[in-house]
Amino acid sequence: MAGLRVVCFVNQFFGQLGGEEKAGVAPQLMDGAVGAARAVQQALGDAGTVVATIICGDNYAAEQPERATADMLALATSQRPDLVIAGPAFLAGRYGVACGALCAAVQSSLKIPAVTGMHQENPGVDLYRRQVYVVQTGSEASRMLDEVRKLVSLGLKLARGASIGAPAVEGYFARGVTRNVIATTSAAERATAMLLAKLAGRPFTSEVPLPDFQTVPAPRLLKTLEGATIALVTDGGLVPRGNPDAIEALNATRYGAYSIEGKTRLDAAQYDNPHRGYDTSYVKQDPHRLVPVDVARELEHSGAIGKLHEIVYSTVGVATTLAHSARMGREIAEKLRAAGVDAVILTST
Amino acid sequence: MTPVAVMVGANRIVPAAGIIHPLGNADLSPDDEKALRRRIVEQALQALKTEVAKPTVFAHE
Repeated sequence: MAGLRVVCFVNQFFGQLGGEEKAGVAPQLMDGAVGAARAVQQALGDAGTVVATIICGDNYAAEQPERATADMLALATSQRPDLVIAGPAFLAGRYGVACGALCAAVQSSLKIPAVTGMHQENPGVDLYRRQVYVVQTGSEASRMLDEVRKLVSLGLKLARGASIGAPAVEGYFARGVTRNVIATTSAAERATAMLLAKLAGRPFTSEVPLPDFQTVPAPRLLKTLEGATIALVTDGGLVPRGNPDAIEALNATRYGAYSIEGKTRLDAAQYDNPHRGYDTSYVKQDPHRLVPVDVARELEHSGAIGKLHEIVYSTVGVATTLAHSARMGREIAEKLRAAGVDAVILTST
Repeated sequence: MTPVAVMVGANRIVPAAGIIHPLGNADLSPDDEKALRRRIVEQALQALKTEVAKPTVFAHE
């Protein structure tokens, strides 16, 4: 595999053009290995040659990302590389995002492997780890050659078409890919071993990655309740009879927007509930047990709240994926905000 | 279910009356059931007025 042509990407700092005062420089191509790319050449040894180094300023890349990526892709293409190594970017955010964007563009346009590396808290990790191999590095460049060896080792495997091991083995961030493997022990035995390890305080690795719930800062209610518009939202599955939006009984991908204009209470005969995650008979008997339109309307009439929003949003929250939940929540929140709603009471089963 | 709500990061959490009827209770008389619902909604309104820095459960008073 001698003669593997490798193109590196580094920022202005690791390309030795300068610090923040040079962060605005446009992408440029230098012959051979320059700056941190020299560590890539060292790690490659005889396996390949760094034919060129692309350098781009952090601000240039951050302020016009599409143009920067397109320019760098054109520079890389001109070198007919077999492999692109970007970074490592460590904890440098602008640099990490640029590395991820270039690797993704290289893979999709040139159909060749690209590898980058960064610290787990670099924003480039979450943005690009599903698309490209991002090797986990420390936060600082003090062990540059050791870190670069990890990128190069994975890059060579990819360029040679070798099989790639699990993230923990190869040292890259999980891409969210599930691959079937044959285990030597049954699930019951593995789960028991994990439980015993946990009880004994020994380390163990779960086979099921836990979802990473995003922390959302709690907004402050900017008005008094007496002047606020309050909306009712539910994931408990209340729908008009006939389920006009065909909201799924579980693993929902849809939600409905249902008017309560002019209603002081919900008539059970007009509603239904497709939710398959709890016994819905009590809610079907009296929808207020889920969506409290009756008391909310009274609180509106008494002036305790400014206004009850005339649309109730509803979906089915059972076995619903985090991705769909987040999307539906975002869409509902955007609609509520556009309608001037100040706060929401979300009732959940 | 409030521990789940805390875990997923809901910021203002009011414990309700149960999974199958969060804002009611079929064992109560209609009037008592509505009073229960009103207490929970009023507690939710109080929670909305309260500034919180992290997921907070507003326990029954």
